[in-house]
Amino acid sequence: MTVSTSTPPKIDRPLNVIVATDCGSTTTKAILIEKVGDEYRQTYRGEAPTTVEAPFEDVTRGVLNAIAEIEELSGRKILDGDKIITPCRGDKTGVDIYISTSSAGGGLQMMVTGVVQNMTGESAQRAALGAGAIVIDVLAANDGRLPHEKIERIRSMRPDMILMSGGTDGGAVTHVVEMAEYIAAAEPRPRFGVTYKLPLIYAGNKEAQPQVRKILEDKSALVVTENIRPVLERENLAPARNKIHDLFLEHVMQQAPGYKKLMEMAGAPIMPTPAAVGLIMEAIAKREHLNLIGVDIGGATTDVFSVFDGVFNRTVSANLGMSYSVSNVLAEAGLANIMRWVPFTIDEQTLRNRIKNKMIRPTTIPQTLDELQIEQAIAREALRLALIHHKSLATGLKGVQQERTISDVFEQQNSGKTLIDMLKLDLIVGSGGILSHAPRRIQSMLMMVDAYEPMGCTRLSVDSIFMMPHLGVLSTINEKAATDVFVRDCMVYLGTCVAPIGQGRDGDPCADYEITWPDAKTTKEPLKFGELRLFPLESGKQATIKVQPAKGVNMGSGAGVAVTKDVHGGVVGLLLDGRGRPLRLPADQPGRVTALAKWFKAVGLYPTSE
Amino acid sequence: MAHSYTPGLTVTDQTVIHRRRMLPLPGTVVVTVGDLVRSDQVVARAELPGKVFPVNLANQLSVAPGEIKDYLIKKAGDVVGKDEILAENKPLIKWFKTEICSPVAGTIESVSSVTGQVLLREPPRVLQLLAYVNGTIIETIPQQGVVVETTCSLVQGIFGIGGETSGEIVMAVKAPDEALTPGHFNSAMKDKVVVGGSFLSAEAMKQAKAVGVAGIVVGGIHDEDLRALLGYDLGVAITGTEQVGFTLILTEGFGTIPMAAKTFKLLSSHVGQKASISGATQIRAGVIRPEIIVPREHTSSKGAAQSQREGIRLGDPVRIIRDPMFGRIGEVSALPSGLTKIPTESEVRVLEVKFADGQKAVIPRTNIEVIEGA
Repeated sequence: MTVSTSTPPKIDRPLNVIVATDCGSTTTKAILIEKVGDEYRQTYRGEAPTTVEAPFEDVTRGVLNAIAEIEELSGRKILDGDKIITPCRGDKTGVDIYISTSSAGGGLQMMVTGVVQNMTGESAQRAALGAGAIVIDVLAANDGRLPHEKIERIRSMRPDMILMSGGTDGGAVTHVVEMAEYIAAAEPRPRFGVTYKLPLIYAGNKEAQPQVRKILEDKSALVVTENIRPVLERENLAPARNKIHDLFLEHVMQQAPGYKKLMEMAGAPIMPTPAAVGLIMEAIAKREHLNLIGVDIGGATTDVFSVFDGVFNRTVSANLGMSYSVSNVLAEAGLANIMRWVPFTIDEQTLRNRIKNKMIRPTTIPQTLDELQIEQAIAREALRLALIHHKSLATGLKGVQQERTISDVFEQQNSGKTLIDMLKLDLIVGSGGILSHAPRRIQSMLMMVDAYEPMGCTRLSVDSIFMMPHLGVLSTINEKAATDVFVRDCMVYLGTCVAPIGQGRDGDPCADYEITWPDAKTTKEPLKFGELRLFPLESGKQATIKVQPAKGVNMGSGAGVAVTKDVHGGVVGLLLDGRGRPLRLPADQPGRVTALAKWFKAVGLYPTSE
Repeated sequence: MAHSYTPGLTVTDQTVIHRRRMLPLPGTVVVTVGDLVRSDQVVARAELPGKVFPVNLANQLSVAPGEIKDYLIKKAGDVVGKDEILAENKPLIKWFKTEICSPVAGTIESVSSVTGQVLLREPPRVLQLLAYVNGTIIETIPQQGVVVETTCSLVQGIFGIGGETSGEIVMAVKAPDEALTPGHFNSAMKDKVVVGGSFLSAEAMKQAKAVGVAGIVVGGIHDEDLRALLGYDLGVAITGTEQVGFTLILTEGFGTIPMAAKTFKLLSSHVGQKASISGATQIRAGVIRPEIIVPREHTSSKGAAQSQREGIRLGDPVRIIRDPMFGRIGEVSALPSGLTKIPTESEVRVLEVKFADGQKAVIPRTNIEVIEGA
């Protein structure tokens, strides 16, 4: 199906049985969704290795293998040779629609250009990231590189697509035209296919369109769209994002092995995986009027999504992941930062060798408890670094003029402040193997709490078996089916973390709390610094917590000001975190190991601590 | 899951392989189907466009971009030499004359009246694509490259650094569990492919570089020695372009791990023969692993073609690829079909491995690799 993603197809027949796949960089995951009574449920899942590269070089092989596994498990006949039987015929034959997302072959890799790096350069980056791309470089007139270095860089990278921005409408054209000249001189070549022209989207100053056309029309597959920054005070990212999706289908996917066939099989346009996950995250935030942070930690990359006050942002940390990129987490975080989460001592050489061995054999899993603890320590650092990256890009617009009054004399803020406010955060959603498949759900919860350090009261959840991409693409054709499955089968609420802000010595008072449970019983106790407490509170249940912070400690309403909130339960429960914010671990090795062992035991994190 | 194990590394005495040799941009293929080629023979050629140098004439002459055409001595398409005058102004007094010279030799690619800059391009560089292995051309892809077929002995490594090279195979150690020390390297090993045992130390690497070996094949190294060799911490396993003086191939992994007996024996049997090796590794779906190819002369290419393995079977030789028994080799003694709870509390598919000493261990299926070509 090759229609534009900006206009999802209208499907007039009833959709009772749906099969969806996500073609990831290593595995293709298939799920079956069926209408049971009045509601849709996810019923079976299957997976198989992705087959984009040699010796198969046909992505549909992996798709058919994954669907065949669903066939085996469900007893439903879905495949007729290499074809998917649509629509349903009778009770146990066929499906009504097949849909898919894809990040195979390294996903959609883009290079973006702007005039000023932290203005149009950043806007272009946000447009590309929001469309589900990995941004491999941002070129700008003021990026500090000499002209010939820029040209060399464009030549050496092999992006799937380039997005050019720069200048406000009616502004100067020189710098935009200059960048177009550099691109033309570099004669950039696409990653796949030696013979086709590289897709290039121009979304800059409209006054420069004629010159840009003249310079680049013959050298690339040029598409011109509206300016992403028509005036400094406003971003207009949607037209460029839609063009990115369209070109992804028309050009990039056509070149990837087997995708032409895949597109014919699918009943709706194929979406880049992160774009589909982004849709789901946006939908949750909108439906529940929440501020949220979502994370999808994969083998190669970590995607972070956020919605604060209705503003959606996405970033991808291309080399932070748990298998292919695991060694890069070590390189970026440093050994000491990883070691601080490991509750035992291990020599540096052994740990380094173990991490490299995981990198070269990425499909292996931890077999012993200490191996699991090391992987979860690395995950905490990957999550933490990806959020730092996200905060630096999820900002207000930079370069915007601000009106100042006399009251600003003492509190001046720069434009371009990050939009991520941990005190306003309502929900953290985790997805990806290490979070979705942790042997105990408390492990997922504590990994996210340690990495993100939520403040005040924050709810946490995980994707049960990794199906957010499938539901994202499904939501474009059947919102009800996507919502039903999301609520009932996908989202697993872990519970709520209550964390006062402030620091103190271990054992000093942090706060007094009073919890009124659903059965009206109450628990009234003090929380001390250095303590971690876990209370069971079932999914779907709510309790009321009143927290009276100690002197100098803040629950979001000011130092020492009491806060009363309704908190939601989950499969883990209510976590009271008295470890202080920002979270500091003891600097000395024995002290750190003792503290970790105490916390892990308090919440029953690992089998040995029982 | 039908494929819930890691496809292993091939170690085989005789197989037929195809190597696709592709130009990075369209060029000319210089061989035809059926040609016999040597590893160092050119099979295709392309012209890499030269580097581009922008010169902003408007700024340097202090004139408006639209006016630069009036000052140009050369025009688009002209050939210029280094320091040749590109443009000059015509002041009334000669002393104030400004001449703008070309910083490089090349051609004028374009002149822009919007930005006021001239783009100069250096002459193209000829890129020659070598056959890499001795063999026969079985396919030519016009303007793009060729496919070379060869009957050979093939050893795949797990990780490598450095590009394609070739050299005679030399055994530096007597047993697969013997580590390579600086003393193992001597001047006779210059341009050779040196095979070691369980470990290569940082000092031994230095000595190998001093001797000028073409490549080293060894069981393992320490990550920190790799970092010292490269000068940076390798984050993602995509390699092949490093220039450290030799191509390095690990057959087992990181740490001190004896080379698999089968690999050691096979390489020993080819001492003195010329091998084509590549350290290029790319660990993603459809991985590229480093390889040692020893072409077999006078053998019909109708030999055993590599078959695609369908699954794991009882008796298959396997290598454990994750701690706590990392690097141990045994054979599959049981394949329970259900899920088994392992010490992490995960429920996974497992298999039982029997070691040479008769001991057995239960291992997750994802944590073993089959030693292919057995």
